[in-house]
Amino acid sequence: MAYHWNWGIFLETVPGGDERYLDWLLSGLAWTLAVSLAAWAVALVVGIPVGALRTVKTRWVAACATTYVELFRNIPLLVQLFLWFFVVPELLPRDLGLWVKQDMPAKEFITATLCLGLFTASRIAELVRTGIEAQARGQRMAAQALGFTPLQTYRLVLLPMALRLILPPLTSEFMNVIKNSSVAFAIGVIELTFVARQMQEESEQGIETYLAVTLLYFITAFLANRGMALIERRARIPGTIGGGR
Amino acid sequence: MTVLGNLDFSVIPASLPFILTGLLFSLNLTLVAMIGGIVIGTLLAMARLSPRPALSMPATFYVNTMRSIPLLMVILWFFLIIPLLTGHPIGAEKSALITFTAFQAAFYGEIMRAGIQGVPRGQVWAGQALGMNYWQVMGHVVLPQAFRDMLPVLFTQTIILFQDTSLVYAIGAKDLLKAADIAGKNYNRPIEMYLFVAALYLLICLSLSVLVRRLQRRIAVLR
Repeated sequence: MAYHWNWGIFLETVPGGDERYLDWLLSGLAWTLAVSLAAWAVALVVGIPVGALRTVKTRWVAACATTYVELFRNIPLLVQLFLWFFVVPELLPRDLGLWVKQDMPAKEFITATLCLGLFTASRIAELVRTGIEAQARGQRMAAQALGFTPLQTYRLVLLPMALRLILPPLTSEFMNVIKNSSVAFAIGVIELTFVARQMQEESEQGIETYLAVTLLYFITAFLANRGMALIERRARIPGTIGGGR
Repeated sequence: MTVLGNLDFSVIPASLPFILTGLLFSLNLTLVAMIGGIVIGTLLAMARLSPRPALSMPATFYVNTMRSIPLLMVILWFFLIIPLLTGHPIGAEKSALITFTAFQAAFYGEIMRAGIQGVPRGQVWAGQALGMNYWQVMGHVVLPQAFRDMLPVLFTQTIILFQDTSLVYAIGAKDLLKAADIAGKNYNRPIEMYLFVAALYLLICLSLSVLVRRLQRRIAVLR
């Protein structure tokens, strides 16, 4: 195995530029975080209502929510990304489509965020549904007996408990978003994976490059995990096996 | 007027044989990674549950590492490392087979671990009382039950695996997505091709998940 090691590569400047490879990596990390966090926000905003709607008594509403989940869960993320990036602008009204293709600012970032967010929303919706269905039937009945409207029942009784119940799987979903954001390289978002491929080509120091990027993913995942664990501890439900007093 | 009126799906029958070779590769990759992943994963699960740290620690490290890196990075890693180790390039397709088997082993392994831990302890004692050694208890008593209990979860993981095979796009292996991508460019009809391939993935994954749900209902009666 003839491999020429060069750990100093990160401090060397990129050919034909005044940046160092280290600057590339850090900027890649920043984009990875930006896409992941923005997509996570989209996923929560869309996923929680969709999950709640899957449990309502009105059949057609629940069916619509189920369709959303099945559609977004059964198409690979990369294919969805291509659909949003290449196909959707063509299906829009002509002028809007042209604007999206030519003038929309941060086009790659917005597309990747929207795609990853809506994809993750389908997973969060499933978690929220199980969280709601896991609660005793009496919760819903008690809310009705107190004269709550359906909206109040969900907002004040069912959803707060459901979200606390599903926090552990929500943590792994959050780490999945960070990992899945790597797919954004395919439409040209200059995040960590994109930078890794580019740096490997430019510097021909593949092992050092991938080790550094893998380490950055590790640290990010670890911090995300600790952050969620902090929330988990705060939000434990008293009187359950996982939940203290 | 949008492009909707200009869609021309006649390119699909024309390019179908080509697309099918891509689909065949995706299915082949899924099958190989599933079988290899379950075999290696089961061994990993047994190692993780071992009281000997020399066995459990490396296995735990392997599983946790694979689970915290994006699959895309793993694909790139193997594509880079394998030729360095073997001394000659092995091509994107073979590299994908090895990568997916190694990566999926970590996930199947965690499922099998849950399955093994779910088998009542008395089963192990009963096996030991009959004079069985570790491998006999595992092979004849514990693993068959663990496998049976976990069958729906193993299949659900396989559906995820099938979707993930599309990521070999990154190293240029010709799977279903890549084939559609090439065909779309050759016929200058990328929109139709992407829509078609999305529908195909949807159809396959939906039918598989319906089958898994049926299987789940059948299996759930026991115990």
